[in-house]
Amino acid sequence: MNKAVLGMIIGGVLGIFDGLSALVSAPETRPMITGIVIGSTFKGIIAGLLIGWFARKVDSLAAGIVFGLAVGLLLAFLVAAMPSATGEHYYWEIMLPGAFVGIIVGYATQRYGRPATGRAHPGLS
Amino acid sequence: MWLSDGTVAHLRAVADMPDSAGTRYRILEPVGRGGMGVVYRAEDAALDREVALKVLRTPEVQPDLAARMLDEARILARLEHPGIVPVYDAGTLPDGRVYCAMKLVRGRRLDEIVTPDTPLTERLRIFRRVCEPVAFAHAHGVVHRDLKPANIMVGEFGEVLVMDWGVAKQPARADTPHGSPAHTATAGTLHGTRLGTPGWMAPEQERGDVDAMDARTDVYALGRILRFLLDIGRAAPRPLRAICERALSSDPATRYDDAEQLGRDVDRYLAGAAVDAYRERVWERAARLYARHRTAVLLVLSYLLMRILFIAFG
Repeated sequence: MNKAVLGMIIGGVLGIFDGLSALVSAPETRPMITGIVIGSTFKGIIAGLLIGWFARKVDSLAAGIVFGLAVGLLLAFLVAAMPSATGEHYYWEIMLPGAFVGIIVGYATQRYGRPATGRAHPGLS
Repeated sequence: MWLSDGTVAHLRAVADMPDSAGTRYRILEPVGRGGMGVVYRAEDAALDREVALKVLRTPEVQPDLAARMLDEARILARLEHPGIVPVYDAGTLPDGRVYCAMKLVRGRRLDEIVTPDTPLTERLRIFRRVCEPVAFAHAHGVVHRDLKPANIMVGEFGEVLVMDWGVAKQPARADTPHGSPAHTATAGTLHGTRLGTPGWMAPEQERGDVDAMDARTDVYALGRILRFLLDIGRAAPRPLRAICERALSSDPATRYDDAEQLGRDVDRYLAGAAVDAYRERVWERAARLYARHRTAVLLVLSYLLMRILFIAFG
């Protein structure tokens, strides 16, 4: 499987799980759960796409994990920076899972998935 | 005139030396002895390099052995593979002995190089490299019939070479000088003749059942070699023992079809995948998958633990 597609799938699945977990960790969000799940899934897919694209370009487990962590944190920060209906910010609750998702997707896209096919040597073209 | 034992031994050794006068080869020293002849380190004057010169032991006319050595040379000439010693030349020396010039392999035998300290994966990688040339030969219809650790050389740079194809069975070829089907189909082996090394031979080979010998006969010998490699270290994991058992089945029909199939199953084990020869239980499958994807599993478990902690203390 293409690394970008793999990243999007893992990011999307973890995003759904992230969104649904709000039902347990913050029951007051129940009325908005559909929007939360959609937003979380979208965030996961975007993170997976970026991290998977990076994995196609850079073949390094350490770099992939660091890039995944950075992307996960950045996207989670953008979401957490938006205040809830009550005006509160959930930085900790959103950014820690976001960081985990970035690390998992970064690791998975480096370790698994079909790498980009090599380009012909310039001298041979 | 009285001669000492040492002098007699020296004269006998000199008398046994092949006469290479007038040829491109200058014999330097014996480096090994086989069933058919002696292998000498020799100098190829034409190309200024050292070669291994395999020469029939006695100069008397021995049509069977001479034909067999030439058969071996032809087989080696056909089987161009990095794991098979290349043959450079074959012919007859001035003293009437048939010879075969081959690449001089510098290395040690498999049974000399593997020790209890050799890691299992390294032993399996060596075994895998043994399977490759044998699989190549099987693909060309050739069966080695004398595979054993003493016939496997591991070179200075880790290259593995399968030696001594003197009793190999080759497919019938109408265009060879020994064109009769009975000869070519068995490389000159009569039914009931036991060729090979006791302890490493398949049951059908022990019986001398030439017609029943095929690639699976070599699979049996490879199974013995694998068992030899596994027995050197600690108790082998069940899937590897199952691979051995399948290769060592007394019924050729239940063995692997050829060395390629056997090698692929060892590859699967090395890659952490399920092997064909072993039906694993659920917990064994889980343990194997965990071992193969340990970091990914631990990352996901950490994520779930974090979620649980959020629920518990959030």
